[in-house]
Amino acid sequence: MDAFTTHTGTAAPLRRSAVDTDQIIPAEYLKRITRTGFEDGLFIAWRTNEPDFVLNQPQYADASILVAGPDFGTGSSREHANWALLDGGFRVVISSRFADIFRNNSTKSGLLTVVLPQAEVEKLWTAIEADPTTPVTVDLQAKAVSYGDTVVPFEIDDYVRWRLLEGLDDVGLTERHLDDIEAYEAKRPSWLPTALPAR
Amino acid sequence: MPKTLAEKVYEAHVVRSTAGEPDLLYIDLHLVHEVTSPQAFDGLRAAGRTVRHPELTMATEDHNVPTLDILKPIADPISRAQVDALRRNAKEFGIRLAPMGDRDQGIVHVIGPQLGLTQPGMTIVCGDSHTSTHGAFGALAFGIGTSEVEHVLATQTLPQYKPKQMSVTVDGELAPGVSAKDIILAVIAQIGTNGAAGHVIEYRGSAIEALSMEARMTICNMSIEAGAKAGLIAPDRTTFDFLQGRPHAPQGADWDAAVEYWSTLRTDEGAVFDAEVVLDASTLTPFVTWGTNPGQGLPIDGVVPDPADFADEGERRAAEQALAYMGLTAGTPLREIEVDTVFLGSCTNGRIEDLRVAADLLRGRKIDPSTRMLVVPGSVGVKAQAEAEGLDKVFLEAGAEWRGAGCSMCLGMNPDQLKPGERSASTSNRNFQGRQGKGGRTHLVSPSVAAATALTGKLTAPADLIGA
Repeated sequence: MDAFTTHTGTAAPLRRSAVDTDQIIPAEYLKRITRTGFEDGLFIAWRTNEPDFVLNQPQYADASILVAGPDFGTGSSREHANWALLDGGFRVVISSRFADIFRNNSTKSGLLTVVLPQAEVEKLWTAIEADPTTPVTVDLQAKAVSYGDTVVPFEIDDYVRWRLLEGLDDVGLTERHLDDIEAYEAKRPSWLPTALPAR
Repeated sequence: MPKTLAEKVYEAHVVRSTAGEPDLLYIDLHLVHEVTSPQAFDGLRAAGRTVRHPELTMATEDHNVPTLDILKPIADPISRAQVDALRRNAKEFGIRLAPMGDRDQGIVHVIGPQLGLTQPGMTIVCGDSHTSTHGAFGALAFGIGTSEVEHVLATQTLPQYKPKQMSVTVDGELAPGVSAKDIILAVIAQIGTNGAAGHVIEYRGSAIEALSMEARMTICNMSIEAGAKAGLIAPDRTTFDFLQGRPHAPQGADWDAAVEYWSTLRTDEGAVFDAEVVLDASTLTPFVTWGTNPGQGLPIDGVVPDPADFADEGERRAAEQALAYMGLTAGTPLREIEVDTVFLGSCTNGRIEDLRVAADLLRGRKIDPSTRMLVVPGSVGVKAQAEAEGLDKVFLEAGAEWRGAGCSMCLGMNPDQLKPGERSASTSNRNFQGRQGKGGRTHLVSPSVAAATALTGKLTAPADLIGA
């Protein structure tokens, strides 16, 4: 996973609530067995069917920060949704509320999710609609989103922040605690099932 | 301190707990399918890692599998490549796989319980959001992403934060023709499509206790549609009776030890929930969705809502977008909505009891000639059981199609899809835009509403058929 410290880019306003992961990338694009190349499915239905869709507008074509309505990323657990956003050039998604699995997957794939109050999302929407070239900076070190004269602090779990800043892989961190895992395994009840072919 | 059921299961699996870090949680069972696992196995290979406990891992093919010609190679080369990748990975890492054609093959959330692998008090994960299904047994079961699949394969653990606790209490008796699906659709309509974010839901109350295991699975399955981390129900005699004698259930003295432990898995008197929702089962009627997320549902007696009636601007905009996509006009009675396709199946409603309920309504009747009905059993085991009971003949004689097992039209990764503009009544779990095929329109319903709708071609409650 790439480390995330700070990112500056332009932002696209996605004025929709409860954007589910089927919209971010539909199931038919999940058949690839690689970890990259998912940009072809990113918001494909809206990009195809809605000429005015925000990412079809040239002024937002190079945006690397997506500013979405509440409840972004509901539905399927597909991490492909996070990969598609990364492959499509996004490093940050801002929303007032995310679905849990999407947000958790983001912490594993290096896409930063930032929670801001809906009122701040609305202000940011207004600013980037008035001037789509507005540079927006998301500073994970300082825990703040800034644009123009505005600085908005955000909260993020300290441990998650540390992992993202360092670009650390969870598996490597867990392997430091193999002794604890072995000790736990030694006391698991013997009647717990195994998936080996049954009698 | 009094604890909830979910807290008990969580705490029994904490391998390591340190301030300032997530807990490390042990995973008792890892279910794997072809779509969300190939990159995880690649990650293991790239890092030179192995699967820590292949014997606690079970794989099957479900999302991509065709429901016709299942003994031939998969026609779609990309689907076939993904299934082939799972076969190679299962072989290389020593994981048991139930492939197409195997008697244990089926939707991952149907086969776990069917084999008795899903048991009370376990932690169960799968790279699939409907893993919450297994909570029906009092297990803590939740969906994960592919990076976490790799983490579990490598370490049999996951870093986790203890979720918040929500209770959904449903008391009272369901009216005839009203089912578990209607309960959960009503719950989601009440709390919203992400209303339980950050929470584990415990379903309790007399109406829940009265439900069969199949019905409890339907309810827990859709916990994710309210945004919950997981959903669970305290194990009881119904749970134990379902499990006893299944291939992977404990036997003899082990069974007694297990039941003794399982019987402690109840929320203590005085345990505190962070949020509480209460529903009266006796007031419920069949529920159907009108919009493009599972929270946009109403009793079938209702009409398509007017977006102008929503006070919240976000909800109003969402309703406008949903009606435009669904091709619906505000004020239209839900019973007047005509469908092209009825889909009976999925990890929500593809179990034997679901098929029986629908077959009972279809027996001796013919479905509407302009409507097609697809019946897709959740597993090969369910299919065999249904055929032993003669249900396949009931469906075929009514004019429905009887297919092989898999996820099928729930998400259209195989050839079972809606065409653009087509409308379905579906017993699955998601009515998202394009979920069942590009441009397809989905109304979520229970199995009995699905069957009644197939008979009339319009959204129909089973009670409407009396005297018809």
